[in-house]
Amino acid sequence: MEEFVKSRIKQVLKGDHNAFGEIVEVYKDRIYQLCYRMLGNAHEAEDTSQEAFIRAYVNIDRFNINRKFSTWLYRIATNLCIDRIRKKKPDYFLDAEVKGTDGLNLYSQVQSKEMTPDEKVAKMELQELIQMEILNLPEKYRSAIVLKYIEELSLKEISEVLDLPIGTVKTRIHRGREVLRKQLRNI
Amino acid sequence: MNQCPVDIKEYMHEYLDGEISPEHEQILQDHLAICSDCKQDLHELEKTIALVQSMSHIKASDDFTLKVMQNLPREKKRVGIKRWFSHHPFLTAAAIFLILMSGSLFSSWGDAEQFSVTKVPNIVVENNTAIVPEGETVEGDIVVRNGDIRIEGKVDGNVTVVNGDKYLASAGEVTGKVEEINEIFSWLWYQIKNGVNSFINLLAGS
Ligand SMILES: [Zn+2]
Repeated sequence: MEEFVKSRIKQVLKGDHNAFGEIVEVYKDRIYQLCYRMLGNAHEAEDTSQEAFIRAYVNIDRFNINRKFSTWLYRIATNLCIDRIRKKKPDYFLDAEVKGTDGLNLYSQVQSKEMTPDEKVAKMELQELIQMEILNLPEKYRSAIVLKYIEELSLKEISEVLDLPIGTVKTRIHRGREVLRKQLRNI
Repeated sequence: MNQCPVDIKEYMHEYLDGEISPEHEQILQDHLAICSDCKQDLHELEKTIALVQSMSHIKASDDFTLKVMQNLPREKKRVGIKRWFSHHPFLTAAAIFLILMSGSLFSSWGDAEQFSVTKVPNIVVENNTAIVPEGETVEGDIVVRNGDIRIEGKVDGNVTVVNGDKYLASAGEVTGKVEEINEIFSWLWYQIKNGVNSFINLLAGS
């Protein structure tokens, strides 16, 4: 996969911008999911993940072709999410309409074809609860936890994405796990 | 509780990260066997991980890629398209050939047996020859088809001759470009050049 993506990057550098579309196809779900779990709503996740790809395109000539492209892309997206979390206006969550819409989106996005409606609702509620607790994590624990357990990156990859020593990444994951344990122990 | 080893929590996390040393694992196992609080903690941590991992995979919208492509910065994109055209001149010509084939190209080539010249003031026509007389100035581009052009005066613009020749007198002057087109493929290119900028702009979305 990395080889395919690198051949597409070379095409983009030659000016074939449609090759970039093939790169977006490969990573769109992973990057969107990262943003969704970091930000907690579909609208912001869409905006941020779109912007991540646009930034990657604009800066593609700065990508070191000998590195892993996904790491570079995750880094752009994670930084955008963290920026957005920091800038977030406190009154954002008061927007009931947006919140309701997101619930619907989350509901429709739960992949649960063989479940009964009741099970779906139960699963959705559980997922919402977990999502809420992830959103309550301080952003430095949140990014480490999402990259580790949602995106399933290795500790080494996470340390490259976050530009932190592996030891620091571990500490953040450990603290994040402890906070979540206290919140989710009674489920 | 008081007898819990100082670093027992850290060992639990090492264990969860799959990076525990045999010595630490031994200490952890021995302690969990006698301490229900720590056993409970580890159990809760494992459950927490399982819950987070159980989150459904969510997908980007179906038009996600399309939207990204539409929002790429225009400047860079247009350069990209222009480069594509210059890297693939034959494909470009072939594509535009097909597009134009259904349009006016062949009719305009086919019925072009007759002499024609762009209607501009100050131009004189004699025996299938357009003449820009000495001392006169024609403002604007001139296209002559199936005939010649003799320029004794001044043309403030481009001159294109299709299936004909141009004669530029010593006193004649053309401020723009002068082109002679005598084959259908050149004619095609001429059409393309007129069409290609709008074609590029169409693709580039402007
Ligand atoms: Zn203990």
